[in-house]
Amino acid sequence: MKPVVIVGAGPAGISAARTLLDYGIRACLVDEGLRGGGQIYRRQPEGFQRTAQQLYGFEAGKAQAVHRTLDELAPLIDYRPRTLVWNAEDQRLDLLTDNRADSVEYSRLIVATGATDRILPVPGWTLPGVYSLGAAQIALKYQGCAIGERVALCGSGPLLYLVAYQYAKAGATVVAVLDSAPFSAQCRALPALLGQPATLAKGMYYRAWLTAHGVPVHQGATLAQIDGVQRVSGIRWGAHTLACDAVAFAHALRSETQLADLLGCAFAWNPLNRAWLPTRDSAGRSSVNGVYLAGDGAAIMGADAAQMAGERAALALLEDAGVATDRHRPAVLEQQLARIQRFRLGLETAFPFPEKWAAQAPDNLTVCRCEEVSAGDIRAVVDDGHWEINRVKAHCRVGMGRCQGRLCGLAAAEIVAERSGRSVEDVGRLRGQAPIKPLPFGVQVQP
Amino acid sequence: MSDVIVLGGGIVGASAALMLAQKGQRVTLVERDFCGSHSSGVNYGGVRRQGRPLHQLPLSQRAHQLWGELPGLIGIDGEYVRCGHLKLARSAADFAALHAYAERTREFDLGLQLLDRAELRARFPWVGDVAVGASLCPEDGHANPRLVSPAFARAAQCHGAVVHEQAEVVRIKHDGRVFQVHCANGLHLHAPWLLNCAGAWAGSVAAQFGEPVPITSAHPAMLVTEPLPVVMDVSTGVEGGGIYARQVARGNCILGGGRGFALGPRQARPGQAAVLEILRNAAELYPFLQGAQAIRTWSGTEGYLPDHEPVIGPSSTTPGLLHGFGFAGAGFQLGPAVGEALAEIVCSGASRQPIEAFSIRRFQA
Ligand SMILES: Cc1cc2nc3c(=O)[nH]c(=O)nc-3n(C[C@H](O)[C@H](O)[C@H](O)COP(=O)(O)OP(=O)(O)OC[C@H]3O[C@@H](n4cnc5c(N)ncnc54)[C@H](O)[C@@H]3O)c2cc1C
Repeated sequence: MKPVVIVGAGPAGISAARTLLDYGIRACLVDEGLRGGGQIYRRQPEGFQRTAQQLYGFEAGKAQAVHRTLDELAPLIDYRPRTLVWNAEDQRLDLLTDNRADSVEYSRLIVATGATDRILPVPGWTLPGVYSLGAAQIALKYQGCAIGERVALCGSGPLLYLVAYQYAKAGATVVAVLDSAPFSAQCRALPALLGQPATLAKGMYYRAWLTAHGVPVHQGATLAQIDGVQRVSGIRWGAHTLACDAVAFAHALRSETQLADLLGCAFAWNPLNRAWLPTRDSAGRSSVNGVYLAGDGAAIMGADAAQMAGERAALALLEDAGVATDRHRPAVLEQQLARIQRFRLGLETAFPFPEKWAAQAPDNLTVCRCEEVSAGDIRAVVDDGHWEINRVKAHCRVGMGRCQGRLCGLAAAEIVAERSGRSVEDVGRLRGQAPIKPLPFGVQVQP
Repeated sequence: MSDVIVLGGGIVGASAALMLAQKGQRVTLVERDFCGSHSSGVNYGGVRRQGRPLHQLPLSQRAHQLWGELPGLIGIDGEYVRCGHLKLARSAADFAALHAYAERTREFDLGLQLLDRAELRARFPWVGDVAVGASLCPEDGHANPRLVSPAFARAAQCHGAVVHEQAEVVRIKHDGRVFQVHCANGLHLHAPWLLNCAGAWAGSVAAQFGEPVPITSAHPAMLVTEPLPVVMDVSTGVEGGGIYARQVARGNCILGGGRGFALGPRQARPGQAAVLEILRNAAELYPFLQGAQAIRTWSGTEGYLPDHEPVIGPSSTTPGLLHGFGFAGAGFQLGPAVGEALAEIVCSGASRQPIEAFSIRRFQA
């Protein structure tokens, strides 16, 4: 019989695999990473000695629990780390493991592909020494190294303060935290944020800790430029300049949706995420029969929600497969998810999208670094009468390079929308094309 | 009221609209999606005469002239380069076939040069050992379809053609004199001439006028690499079929080979089988690709008739109706000349190039 396949071994995928196993289903769990855990609970390489407390701070308990779950599951299920899903076709996923191409057929599929940083480029962002916030965190969590000695952290969103805290705690000098969201926005968001007091408390703790330890935090401060010749030498905002040797920046996260797209899932505009996302019901069923969505890959809601959504999707899958499941659990999970969703609304108020970004992006700003396409190049295509994002891509190559728009696509859409006087929704979304990530020539094919 | 309605904004329809507008006709071009967003905008970009059947060569030679005047025609160079097209032979028999082709096409002056193994190695050292010989057509080349095809529609517009995008033709009536064309978006048009340039979708228009054709759709698989050091100084193909490849100035190599599948009536994907075939086998022909990475794949929807020849020319049933469709994966190069031929029929009753071989009558038993 064809297996149930789960793509993504982060909190959502692991909890889905656990739930399925509880009902006797040994799923095939596929993940690109060397070791499971996902981005938030990313594990250090074998042989590294840092404690969970050092690595994950407040989240140490949760991280250890997720790792333990995966370690217990791994021998009992078909766990495939180091395996990229590069295409989906005909009830089958195409895989790449260590230069070997293979495929796996599925009876049902849970897509838990997670998220990456949402990048809004600024002049200088392609200099060596500039990272996304997530990448800066990976360097620390995984390799145990900082991106620089004097680090500036910019953008907005909860990750900004967390990374600042982690860097400062690890001994790096954080020369400044620039949050484009004003303090007033965070005050406005308080009522909604109070719905998840523990999460709110952690956020406030990081903020207070930074101030107490002399890390300068500037709110309502928008990074205007990153200076440097061979590599980063400083940043500018407003009338300020500041020397530093590394910068990490991002404006919250974006969902990794290419697989859902290749699977043919219907997408809808999601105003909260300011993105086109695959549609799902409250249990996680996508528009495609037998395909379920969970975690940040479906919409940004964080690790706790991902874990619940993974379990909820697995229960839906079981139910659809005719397996008798716990009748009360779904409602409990859905209630908890709804609560986190309200918190998410609060976060969006606290860290609002910088609406003026597109209008302010200078013409010579590189938006798509794979294909070296500037804001001005995109505007020229719009001025020529194009506004649909795939047509804009066809005309100026934005989003055509090796990241296939995963990095630049949203920024490009903002510029097209601003220039054409349309909404970002109207501009549409970049069509997914295989391979999800690059494939090598000379690949070995399993017979 | 227009003189001519052109149905379909691919390179064929857009060229026809451009040539007609240049000749002073009032033209309206209607395109269901965006001009040049189907076959014409997503094809491999090969602009070659070499390898075409003999009766296509007059049209292809004329197209070759038009491609030579591209910037004057459409206002951009479209990354068109006449770098040559090299057709590789993998066996003595294939090489003999290349010789025979050169012999048969001598009167057309394609300037074909046959290279034996040693000559091939000396001139194109990056070609893999599996090639035992090759035929070079020095004046063939390649271009960027994403830029060229929409630019034909833009140029038509600049010359006065009215272009409607996102206007799908859903109903056509003919009262013996005038065509009435209705689009899904409410647009109504009429004209005494109607040009059916609807690509893979043209069969339903023909059928509606009592001349059905056995057209099918197919989907060539395409793939592009990350930018690589520039080594390929010609566009390539393989005798008897196989993986074809070209390299653009930016360094990306574009490869084609095998077939994909339809995702729906308008969208197609290359499919994993074709992609893996290319990734496994391309390095044999082009060893420098070993270890390079493919970053994107795509396909398109192309119309094929059983004899792999297009339908070009007047309808056999309806005065004022002209067809130009079904190019079997090779219409990008021909497009401008086909557009011109259709325009000539409208303006002077006949095309200057011989097109009888492509008449729709061949399907009427
Ligand atoms: C992947 C691929 C690779 C290829 N490689 C090459 C190559 O290297 N060299 C070469 O010479 N040729 C190549 N070809 C073939 C070439 O692209 C086509 O032969 C050529 O572009 C056909 O042009 P067209 O205008 O007839 O069709 P299209 O470009 O398909 O245009 C037809 C248009 O009609 C529109 N239409 C259809 N129905 C309606 C309606 N009811 N109302 C309004 N509009 C409608 C469609 O939206 C479409 O835009 C390739 C084709 C493909 C798919």
